[in-house]
Amino acid sequence: MGIISRGFGGRRRDSAPDLPPGQYLTHDFPVLSAGPTPRIPLDRWSFTIATEVGQKHTWDWKAFTALPAEEITKDIHCVTKWSKLGTTWKGVSLDTLFEEVETAADYVMAHSKGGYTTNVPFEDLLDGKAWIAYEFDGEPLDPEHGGPARLLIPHLYFWKSAKWVNGLQMLLEDEPGFWEAAGYHMYGDPWSEQRYSGD
Amino acid sequence: MTKPRTLTWRAGTVTAVRQETPSARTLVLDVPDWTGHLPGQHVDLRLTAEDGYSAQRSYSIASAGSGPLEITIQRLEDGEVSPYLTDVVETGDQIELRGPIGGWFVWRSAQPAPVLLVAGGSGIVPLMAMIRERGQVRGRQPFRLIYSVRSPEDACYADELQRRVRDDPGLDVHMVYTRTAPAGWPTPPKRIDVATVNSHGWPPDFAPDVFVCGPSSFVETAADILVALGHDPKKVRTERFGGA
Repeated sequence: MGIISRGFGGRRRDSAPDLPPGQYLTHDFPVLSAGPTPRIPLDRWSFTIATEVGQKHTWDWKAFTALPAEEITKDIHCVTKWSKLGTTWKGVSLDTLFEEVETAADYVMAHSKGGYTTNVPFEDLLDGKAWIAYEFDGEPLDPEHGGPARLLIPHLYFWKSAKWVNGLQMLLEDEPGFWEAAGYHMYGDPWSEQRYSGD
Repeated sequence: MTKPRTLTWRAGTVTAVRQETPSARTLVLDVPDWTGHLPGQHVDLRLTAEDGYSAQRSYSIASAGSGPLEITIQRLEDGEVSPYLTDVVETGDQIELRGPIGGWFVWRSAQPAPVLLVAGGSGIVPLMAMIRERGQVRGRQPFRLIYSVRSPEDACYADELQRRVRDDPGLDVHMVYTRTAPAGWPTPPKRIDVATVNSHGWPPDFAPDVFVCGPSSFVETAADILVALGHDPKKVRTERFGGA
C-alpha cells in the first residue's frame, strides 16, 4: 500500500464495480489520438492483411460490410485511466478475416490511415477476442472514435484498438508500434496494469 | 530509443503551491532523484485513502525540463482527484508519482523548426512547459502560442506570459476569449476559427512543429483548421483532456 494521502477519502469506490487496477469509471467516451482526425470516404476505404511472405488479402468497403458481422458488448480500458463498461459495437471478427489467410507469423502490426501503428500477438486477435468494428451504439462509427472502422481488442488497453485501421502486417518477430516506441508497454494487459515499458 | 526501464512510484513532497486561476493550482514537488523530463511529458499521481483505496490520474508537467517539478491541476467539479489536489493538499504533504511519461507530445529543443502551440483552457499546461524550456535553454526557434480561454480570469500564467513576451522577441502570444473579453479587446468573444489560426499561427510553408492541447472538442476543431490550412497532419501533435 502506498503513502496515505492526508485527507483523501476517495468517493467512487462504492459505485465502482470490478475495474482493472488504477482505472476509474467514466460514462463519457473520451478521445485519445496523437494527431488530427482523418476523414476517410467509404469509396476510398480498404483493408488489407499482408502476410510475412507478401501475400495480400484486401477488402473494399462493400466486400467488407458484406462479411458476417457480430454484435459485441465489451468493457474497454484506456491507459489514461478511464474505463467504460458495456460498450456495444458491430464488426467483423478477425477469425472471419483470417479464414482465408495462410500465415506462420506470431505477431501482427496494425496500420492506420495517418501512419499510426500498434503491435499485437497474433493469438490475441483470434478465438473471438478481436474485431474490425464499424458501428458503435447502433450508429456508424464516428471519425473521432476511429471510423469508418477501427480495430477492437477489448481485453488489451484501448490504444491497441487502432483507429482508422487499414491493414494488418503479419510479422515473425514482435516490433514496437507507435505508442510502444514512445514508452508504452509492448503487450498492454489492463488487469496486470501493463501501462508503460517495464511494468 | 532508450532501453525500457521500470517507472517506479516515488514520493514527492509539495514544497510550494501557487493559485493560477480560481480553479487551477500549481504544485511544486521535490522528488528525490528526479532526473528531469522533456516538456510535454506527464506524470501519473496516486492517492491512497486510509483504508487502502487508491486512485490514479495523469497530469501534465508545467515546468521546464530541469529544475523543480511543477504540475498545474484544473479542478473538475465532479472530479475525484483534482479537487483534492486543488483544495486540500498543502505544503509539506507527500504525493506518490511516477514518470516522466510520453515520447510523442514532446518538444525537443534540438529540433530547429518554428513552433506553434495551440491551447484550449488547461491544455496550456504542457505547452507552458515548452515555452519555459525554450527560455531555459535559450532556444532560437520562434514560438507562437494561441491560447483560448473563456474569460481573462481563466488564463493560467498570464503575468508570466506577458513578461516573457515583453522580454523575448522570439515569442508571440495571441489570446482568444470565448465568453468574456477584457475591456478594450478589439474583437467580441469568439471561438478559435480559421482566421485566428491563419493570422496568428505560422504559414504551413514554414513547416512548424505544431502542438495542440485542450478539451477534445477544442483539439478536434483546431486540428481540423490546421489541416484545412495546409499543415501536414504528421506535424500536428495533439493531446486531449477529459471527455468528448
